[in-house]
Amino acid sequence: MAKIVFTRPKSMKDVVTHYCPGCHHGIIHRLVGEALDELELAPKTIGVAPVGCSVFIYDYIDTDFIQASHGRAPAVATGVKRALPDKFVFTYQGDGDLAAIGTAEIIHAAARGENITVIFVNNAIYGMTGGQSAPTTLVGQSSTTTPKGRTSQNDGFPIQVCEMLNTLQGPSMISRVAVQTPAQVIRAKKAIRRAFQCQVEGRGFSFVEVLSACPTNWGMTPLDAGKWLEDEMIPYYPLKDFRVPEGVQ
Amino acid sequence: MTQKVLMKGNEAIAEAAIRAGCRFFFGYPITPQNELLEYMARNLPKVDGVFLQSESEIGAINMVMGAACTGARVMTSSSGPGISLKQEGISYIAGSELPAVIVNIMRTGPGLGGIAPTQSDYYQAAKGGGHGDYRLMVLAPSSVQEMADLMFLAFDKADEYRNPVMVLGDGVLGQMMEPVILPEPKEGNAVEKAWATTGKGNNPESKLITSLYIKPEEAEKFCEHLAAKYRTMAEKDTRWESYRAEDAEIITVAYGTAARLCMAAVDMARDKGIRAGLIRPITLFPFPSAPIYAAAEKGARFLTVELSTGQMVDDVRLAVNGKSTVGFYGRSGGMVPDPRDILSQIEQIESEKTGTTAATEGGAA
Repeated sequence: MAKIVFTRPKSMKDVVTHYCPGCHHGIIHRLVGEALDELELAPKTIGVAPVGCSVFIYDYIDTDFIQASHGRAPAVATGVKRALPDKFVFTYQGDGDLAAIGTAEIIHAAARGENITVIFVNNAIYGMTGGQSAPTTLVGQSSTTTPKGRTSQNDGFPIQVCEMLNTLQGPSMISRVAVQTPAQVIRAKKAIRRAFQCQVEGRGFSFVEVLSACPTNWGMTPLDAGKWLEDEMIPYYPLKDFRVPEGVQ
Repeated sequence: MTQKVLMKGNEAIAEAAIRAGCRFFFGYPITPQNELLEYMARNLPKVDGVFLQSESEIGAINMVMGAACTGARVMTSSSGPGISLKQEGISYIAGSELPAVIVNIMRTGPGLGGIAPTQSDYYQAAKGGGHGDYRLMVLAPSSVQEMADLMFLAFDKADEYRNPVMVLGDGVLGQMMEPVILPEPKEGNAVEKAWATTGKGNNPESKLITSLYIKPEEAEKFCEHLAAKYRTMAEKDTRWESYRAEDAEIITVAYGTAARLCMAAVDMARDKGIRAGLIRPITLFPFPSAPIYAAAEKGARFLTVELSTGQMVDDVRLAVNGKSTVGFYGRSGGMVPDPRDILSQIEQIESEKTGTTAATEGGAA
């Protein structure tokens, strides 16, 4: 008898995702699913889906879900968590959602130390609307709204969200990870699991930024996209545990 | 227990909401509704409720949405500019079929306007307000007692229809003190909320609360479902009050503070032998078109009175549907008419009864 060493997490639905080839959302969804399984959280979980490519996360992760308006997921999650403090509440948001239109909501949820978990997927571009410039688009990076590349003179500088949130007292945990290599995937998994554990232990706001490739809108092959992420994104968005609470499981 | 107490309108709303089972309040300061927010901050924790001051009205309405998703009784309150900010969230709440209560204590606009009382948010309240094909149930109290009474109805109807309910007051009602008998507290939710997202537990299927319908066929079906819900509201839950309107030849139509002024004007007109009356909509949506049309068919002529430059008057004209004349009198910008000014308007209409068929409203003849 062959031993099963790899299977679909129980908290994920048996469906094919709509994500483009080389997109990292699928990997990140899976890591969320694995962490929910390992901590046995799925039955008590309410997820909050954003506006963006990952709005359809509720088609893939088999927990209760609420679809929030653009950028407001942390406020919706706050309402859920305040009403049901014993349940597990997480948001899953892209960089347009969280770092542009939703800046007020994320900063204040973090400042309150709201006991929720935020998975922040940063691919430096607007995916669903077709490749427009994001607050995280790198200087020089082209997009459909910065066709000659982002300039700091006209468009300002990309926002480093972990660094910004790390100025606040409220968060219990802040980490930035990536999933472009197996080693990074393992590290990312550990961070997501730790962030979930922070909430379970009532430590307050936990935040994991995951750098993610968008080959379609970057105009690259999946392999080139992984390399671009490594060469261009990671130097500006360093992978780091900004804040790790002591003694978290 | 049925003791009369003297309360400000804003505080009566807050206390009645708590008694109606509201345990969650998310809001942001804005005049003239601050007493409501502050009352909740003081008193919700006493009943193990949650008060949270949000970073913005946008934050507040989305927190309301989150708590509503769990099946809790939840509300927010604001005034004009803040209600504008909440519109995105209100549209999502309506589109997600969630019960919630939103109070608007109207101040003047547009823009920053001023803090004096008006009724200039009628269109915004009665026609949906945010994007998309939806309506709110809109309740318009005209006294502190009615503010308290309607809060119970607001929460019950929000639950029953799974639809946001707006309580539309103004700066006069919010700020003035009147004696009020507070309704007895109510425990628990009357309606079972099997749709609530409280975690999957042992259920085979997880639950989803969304307003996203990507396929036009499904989106149309959903919009038709909402439209059917609003028709049911119109059939079952249209509310109004008639005052000396039974035999009236001139009927004023007004809500809230303007209706109280009209009652005084109607009494003065009756003293002068003019058969005047009042139809006071209590629900602005659904609008009480039927009693207005019935009176128009009997030959009554109408005067709409509002603390605005004329918004509800459109619905009165639609209700009358050409059967009679509809005049308008309003003051705006926070100015409140004297009942004698309204009386003058009634007398003007009365004087036009004889002679040529004069219209009470503009346009070159």
